[in-house]
Amino acid sequence: MADAAEPVAGREGARAGGDALAPRLPDGRWRTAEVVFWLAVVAAYFAFPKYHVIGSQILITGLFALSLDLILGYAGIVSLGHAAFFGMGAYAAGLLAVHGWGEPVSGLAIAGLAGALTGYLTSFLVVRGSDLARLMVTLGIGLMLFEAANQLPSITGGADGLSGVAMWKVLGTWSFGMTGSTAYVYSAVVLFALFVAARRLVASPFGLSLRGVRENVKRMPAIGAPVSRRLVAVYTISAAMAGVAGGLLAQTTQFVGLDVFAFPRSADLMIMLVLGGAGRLYGGLVGAAVFMIAHHYLSDINPIYWQFWLGLLLVVVVLFARGGILGAIETLRDRRGASR
Amino acid sequence: MLGNLIGVLFDGIAYGSLLFVISIGLSVTMGLMNFVNLAHGAFAMAGGYACVMLMTRAGVPFLATLPVAFVVGALAGIVLERALYQRLYKATHLDQVMFSIGLVFMAVAATTWLFGPSLQPVRLPEFLRGQVQVAGLGLGAYRLFLVAVVAVVTVALHLLMTRTRFGAQVRASVDNSVAAAGLGIDVNRVFGVTFALGSGLAGLGGGLGIDVLGLEPTFPFKYMVYFLLVVAIGGAGTIKGGLVAAMILGICDVAGKYYVPQIGSFIIYFLMVALMIAFPAGLYGRRG
Repeated sequence: MADAAEPVAGREGARAGGDALAPRLPDGRWRTAEVVFWLAVVAAYFAFPKYHVIGSQILITGLFALSLDLILGYAGIVSLGHAAFFGMGAYAAGLLAVHGWGEPVSGLAIAGLAGALTGYLTSFLVVRGSDLARLMVTLGIGLMLFEAANQLPSITGGADGLSGVAMWKVLGTWSFGMTGSTAYVYSAVVLFALFVAARRLVASPFGLSLRGVRENVKRMPAIGAPVSRRLVAVYTISAAMAGVAGGLLAQTTQFVGLDVFAFPRSADLMIMLVLGGAGRLYGGLVGAAVFMIAHHYLSDINPIYWQFWLGLLLVVVVLFARGGILGAIETLRDRRGASR
Repeated sequence: MLGNLIGVLFDGIAYGSLLFVISIGLSVTMGLMNFVNLAHGAFAMAGGYACVMLMTRAGVPFLATLPVAFVVGALAGIVLERALYQRLYKATHLDQVMFSIGLVFMAVAATTWLFGPSLQPVRLPEFLRGQVQVAGLGLGAYRLFLVAVVAVVTVALHLLMTRTRFGAQVRASVDNSVAAAGLGIDVNRVFGVTFALGSGLAGLGGGLGIDVLGLEPTFPFKYMVYFLLVVAIGGAGTIKGGLVAAMILGICDVAGKYYVPQIGSFIIYFLMVALMIAFPAGLYGRRG
């Protein structure tokens, strides 16, 4: 650990020396790989003009996965019901548009608020208890909201879904067409803005204290960190983000189905995040892209095979590739650095 | 009205017994190894399919297939435990959740591929069909049979846990596996045998439940919440807790669906959240 005395040079030194344990303090600087990643999002718009619809769906799911990463990857809360906030956001944005206010940006803000409010109210139930209790409570809340939406067809449209979501032009200029070009750019801009916010958040002292809670929940109170309050805060923020993602889906597809609340949405989300690599912010985005592209092609062949291979992949990732795709890339990079 | 109430109560108890026999293995293994296993329903499904295949393809009578269901569940359990599960006892809960969801996905897909997606039929023997008059009440014969089987299983389990050397070893390992290992108990072996026993009981429950729960490839997902609930509400690692929780769940679910069908499954989810908040470690849980 010769470079421990120079924290600024720590990361470079660590890579050259292959020492994964060297301190990695967040410095807020954008690395080359990150710039390349976001340029790729822009490039994809021009490179695949026929795939803007699925592209926008990937971006929205990426945002949703990012919101889960905040509580799962950073604060260590295992949630099986994150679709609850996604669904609240989707219905908030959808209902708003159905009842005559189709302005997209303010609609998104309200979707985020709906998610945040639901998250804040339920956070008190979630932050207490063990992992198993949290799993059950998040699952239960998700299932309850699903049942509620199912049983209130006069408001939500029930199993038929909420149709007639008429959106106005984004900023009064771009209308949502059939090609999904507007949807792609709109989703990308929203994703990027919230990503920057999340990136700033996890690098802040608040973000560090979350990691402290994840690593050792008993020691955090001893150094004066209010664990419950931190968890309530991050849970609410994450729920707001999930709400925005739901709102985006409602606005870009101009439809809200019951499946926004369904359990598979929460489970798939966890899978994407774990496949991509949790606790890295980019893991959710990469996982969402890989998952959805694979799903798009493989489930066309046979939905059953898709499910089988997905399950096998999960088992293999957990047994042999902790940290998912990004974790595997990091390991490879560290190894190559060591052999050089 | 009163007869009605008793009928609903009885159906609830029968349903609860079934939940108990399937979930008790999950409860004990979760208490033993603190392993969050979402794939427990897959072992029940394996037992159920073993029953159906023996009945429809080999013409074996229903009652004779039940021991086979137990053996199939137990075998599947011990193979997977030795090969895969045991590597993850020390892993994080997230890893365990993902791993077991992966197993469920594979089980569902493989079952669909092998046996098709449709609901499997069960041919109950003549004396288990229809109703039996008990004190002027018509009770389902099969449900009476269920309650009786589960009562026998529960008593056997209780005796096994309290009266035998193995039971004492299991209890010691649940209480403190490090100290138990220090006293010379082969905790690893206890884990393996308990897992197999639990999976076997799940298999038996799967076979018993074909008529009540229905058997199709999505079975492990459909009832995952219920199995987890029994454990979470009862408190991991206790037989008594599991039994009480399974009865509460069974009765509330049946009564809710009978008396207020319009809110459907809402009751059970509400109950689950309420109980989890009131008793974060379960009704009989020891862990804080």
